[in-house]
Amino acid sequence: MGKKIAVILLFVCCVFPSGIAWAEKQDTTQDLDVKGIIFDHISDAYEWHITTIGDKHITIPLPIIVYGEINGFKVFLSSQLHHQSSYCGYQLGSEDGKYAGKIVELNAAGEELRPWDFSLTKNAVAIIINCLILLCIILWVSKWYKKNPMTAPKGIRGALEMLIMSIQDDVIKPCVGKDYRKYSPYLLTAFFFIFLNNLMGLIPIFPGGANTTGNIAVTLVLALCTFFAVNIFGTKEYWKEILWPDVPVWMKAIPLMPIIELFGIFTKPFALMIRLFANIMAGHSIVLGLTCLVFITASMGVAVNAGMTFVSVFFTIFMDCLELLVAYIQAYVFTMLSSVFIGLSRVEHHK
Amino acid sequence: MSLLMPETGLVFWMLLAFGIVFFILAKFGWPVITGMVEKRSNFINDSVKAAEEANKQLENIKIETEAILAKAQQEQMRILNEASELRNQIIQDAKENALVESQKIIEDAKRQIQIEKEKSLNEMKGQIAELSVDIAEKVIRADLRKENQQSELIDKLLNEITLN
Repeated sequence: MGKKIAVILLFVCCVFPSGIAWAEKQDTTQDLDVKGIIFDHISDAYEWHITTIGDKHITIPLPIIVYGEINGFKVFLSSQLHHQSSYCGYQLGSEDGKYAGKIVELNAAGEELRPWDFSLTKNAVAIIINCLILLCIILWVSKWYKKNPMTAPKGIRGALEMLIMSIQDDVIKPCVGKDYRKYSPYLLTAFFFIFLNNLMGLIPIFPGGANTTGNIAVTLVLALCTFFAVNIFGTKEYWKEILWPDVPVWMKAIPLMPIIELFGIFTKPFALMIRLFANIMAGHSIVLGLTCLVFITASMGVAVNAGMTFVSVFFTIFMDCLELLVAYIQAYVFTMLSSVFIGLSRVEHHK
Repeated sequence: MSLLMPETGLVFWMLLAFGIVFFILAKFGWPVITGMVEKRSNFINDSVKAAEEANKQLENIKIETEAILAKAQQEQMRILNEASELRNQIIQDAKENALVESQKIIEDAKRQIQIEKEKSLNEMKGQIAELSVDIAEKVIRADLRKENQQSELIDKLLNEITLN
């Protein structure tokens, strides 16, 4: 009981002064652009903004790699764009233009053109960091297994073994069917990649905090991988079920069923892509929105602000716990559905 | 809307990073871990089976031992019974023998006594006869000194003879 009171007191002590301090500050400033803050976070960026202390922005500049028709191939740091508005003819697109916030070059008529942009953006760097972490963890575990055959691991390795084997035995094996071994490396990689990226997205400071799995480009690649895994190795029976399914002839003479089935080929991975993207993006948006509640209510007086701060922190913690769950569930769902689709493409002829 | 448009650059980096991670893990990561775990679980299964087998054998051996023990006990009981029967038999025999022997001795003794008795009786008869003759002689010598007495006796004797 005493412990509980201590926790609540600590909570209140942490929350109130910060809320009040912000309230004093906010009186002098304009309305908060909540939408802007949320969009800034969930969309990609050319630099990694960590925090702002006073007027000083602490950011990690990231390399911009572009190839444009007019200005050619250029590599430079994003900090160059802060010092001057354009670098070697490249600049950020205007706020109301088609390419707001993206690198553009101007043609002779002054129109914005989008170059080939292979910049290592915030998300790209976050993905690379997460991939390195994933490689380190898994190779660390597998190295231990090579060294200690026939021994049960303990601690973190044991937990990882449990996680890996639960995915392998409870998801991949029953869903894919008898030749699951061929697919399990891809499915396990997909699961742990998504899971780790989801978790890293929940950590608010530097190596984490990037909205990787809530970015459509990332989920697109993952969904494409599943798409190819399903369709390249599909059996004859799988294609027969799509192009000439077991339905009355009039339903396939006007190719009604084949068209629906062909659509299904694309809608399945499309659903995978949208599901993961929307879930993670929405999670990040809600956490940010709840956090912003503190600053929105700052101008409404100390009492309201303090009350709302309490509510905000409470709900943010709740949402973060929920997101922890969602991080696992979405990775699990993606892996399971991929396994099911792969399993459906491995059908044998049956009577 | 820009949120829903995948960026070419990010797709490229994602493809590259994910592809490399996939190839490295597919070669050095997952197969090692899952293979080892499966090997281990097979090993454990086999060990459990072997242990069960051993237990079963042990049980069989136990049962066999018990059977042997029971048999030995039976044998022991049988031998003990036989021994006691034999002993009883011997005692019985001895008793019978003793009885027979004793009867024989008694009979012998009886016969001997009989013989002795007859012998002594015969002797006694002879002696009694002699004695009676002597007595009779003496009686007769004493009584026949007087005349009348002699005739009286003769008469009496004669009477007796006729009466008979």
